[in-house]
Amino acid sequence: MIEETLVTARLNPKVDPSLGIWSWEIPVYLFLGGLTAGLMFFAAWALLSGREKTAPFAAHRMALWAPIVLSIGMTALFFDLEHKLWVWRFYTSFQVASPMSWGSWLLIFIYPISLLQILSTLRPGYPGLAGWAERVPLVPRLLDLCERHRRTIAAWSIPFAIGLGIYTGILLSAFSARPFWNTSILGPLFLVSGLSAAAALAILAAREAAERHLFARIDIGLLIVELALVALLVIGLATGGRQQLQALELILSGPYAALFWGWFVGMGLVLPLLLEWQELRGRLKLVFIAPVLVLIGGFLLRQITVDLGQLSTWTEYATQFDPALFERLRP
Amino acid sequence: MTRYAMVIDTRLCIGCGDCVVACKNENRVPAGLNRDWVVERTSGAWPRLETEFRSERCNHCDHATCVQACPTGASHHWGDTNVVLVNPDQCTGCKACIAACPYDARYITPEGYIDKCTFCHHRVEQGLDPACVATCPTRCMHFGRLDDPRSRVAQLLRERNGETLKPETGNLPNVYYLK
Repeated sequence: MIEETLVTARLNPKVDPSLGIWSWEIPVYLFLGGLTAGLMFFAAWALLSGREKTAPFAAHRMALWAPIVLSIGMTALFFDLEHKLWVWRFYTSFQVASPMSWGSWLLIFIYPISLLQILSTLRPGYPGLAGWAERVPLVPRLLDLCERHRRTIAAWSIPFAIGLGIYTGILLSAFSARPFWNTSILGPLFLVSGLSAAAALAILAAREAAERHLFARIDIGLLIVELALVALLVIGLATGGRQQLQALELILSGPYAALFWGWFVGMGLVLPLLLEWQELRGRLKLVFIAPVLVLIGGFLLRQITVDLGQLSTWTEYATQFDPALFERLRP
Repeated sequence: MTRYAMVIDTRLCIGCGDCVVACKNENRVPAGLNRDWVVERTSGAWPRLETEFRSERCNHCDHATCVQACPTGASHHWGDTNVVLVNPDQCTGCKACIAACPYDARYITPEGYIDKCTFCHHRVEQGLDPACVATCPTRCMHFGRLDDPRSRVAQLLRERNGETLKPETGNLPNVYYLK
C-alpha cells in the first residue's frame, strides 16, 4: 500500500484537487476552430473540383461563415484568459516549441486568406452584399482581381484550413503532463471532426437536395473515419503505460463513460451515420436531425477531451481525510 | 549552464511545514495559494508501515515542459540556469504552463498571471539560501550548485542516493530527496 497525503494545505484554485483550468471556453474555441477549418476546406474544395453548379452553397456562400465562426471561437478564447489585458503578448514573440504560439500566428494568417476566399466568391454568393460593397471605391477592382485568382486563393486555403484543423488537436496532444491528451491521434481526430461538422452545416444550410445529398455522402465517409480514429485512440490508451491505462479508466467507468460512449460515440457519430445512410437510400426524411447531432457530437468531443485531459495526471494526493484508508492499512 | 538544486533529507524532515510558512512570508504569496507543500507518504501494511515526509515545490526542470508550452516566452529559464521564472508582464494567463507541469506546481494569482516557486532567486543573487531552506528547523533542506562538485548538494548526492519525483516524465527535475 502506498498512500500520499498532504500535510500542509495545498488547494490552489483550479489546480487542486484536480486540474480545472479550462472549462467551456477552450472546448468552444477548439470546436469552432475545427468548424472554421472545415468551412474553408469545403469552400475551396467545391470551387477547385468545379462544383459551382452542383454545390452552389459550398462554392459561393460557405466562405463567409468561416471568419464569423472563428471570431466567436476566439472571443471564447479571450474569455478564458486570466490576464486579459496582456492578450497582445501572443504577438510580441514566436515560441517554436509552443503549439499555442504556432496557433496564434496561424490564426493571423487565416483571417486574410479567409477574406480573400470571401471576396473571390462574393458576387455569385451574396449579390446584395456585393452590390452594397461595390459602392466603395476600388472594391469592384478588388473583387475582379480576387475572382480572377479564385482558384489560386482556394488552393492556398486548403493547407491553412488543414493546418488549423490539426492544430486544434495538437494544442492538447502536446501536453505530455496530461496522459489522456498525450496522443498524436488527437490531431487527425479533431481535423476529421471539424470537417464533419462543416459538412453537417452544409447539409443544414444548402437549399438544393443534390447539394445536401452530396454533403450527406461526404459526412458518412467522415463519420466512418472518425469512428476508426476513436477506435485507434482507445487502442493507443489501452496499450500504453500506467498513465495511459489510468486515463483510459476515465472513459471505461465513472461519470464520463456514459458521456463518451453514449452521447459522443452513440448519439454524435453512430446515430447520425445510420440516419444519413437511411436518408440517402430514401427510407427516411428527417433532414435536420443527423447534422444537428453531428454538430452536438463535435462539441462534446472537445468538451470531453478537455475535461478528461485535466483529470488524467501524474501526481495525485489525498487532500481530505478518508476513513476508507484505514481499511487499506490492514495486512 | 549553472544548475541549482535542492536536496531534502527525508530522514530528517518531520513535516512541520515551516518551509511553507517561510515561503508565504518571504514571497508574499496571496491567501489560499501555495508555492510549496509537504506530503506525507505512508507505505507498507500494518504493523510494518513506513512514513516519509517530503517538502515539495517546483522542480526547476532542465527540460521544463512549462517553458516549452508558454506561447509568449513569459515562462523562461533565469539566465543560464535551470531556475524557471514567470514574467508577469508577458503572461496572458492562458494556463498552458499549468497544463504542461506534471507536478502541478503552478497557480493563478488574483491579478491573473501565473506564478510559482522561484527558488527565491532574489535571495540566491545575494548569496543566500531560499527562504524555505534557511528556515528549516531540522536542517533537512540543502540548496546549491550541482555543477560545483564541492557544493553541499553535490556532496550529499555523491554520498547518499538521491531520488527525484517522477523522473519518468523526462523533465529532468532538480529537487532531490535523500532516502
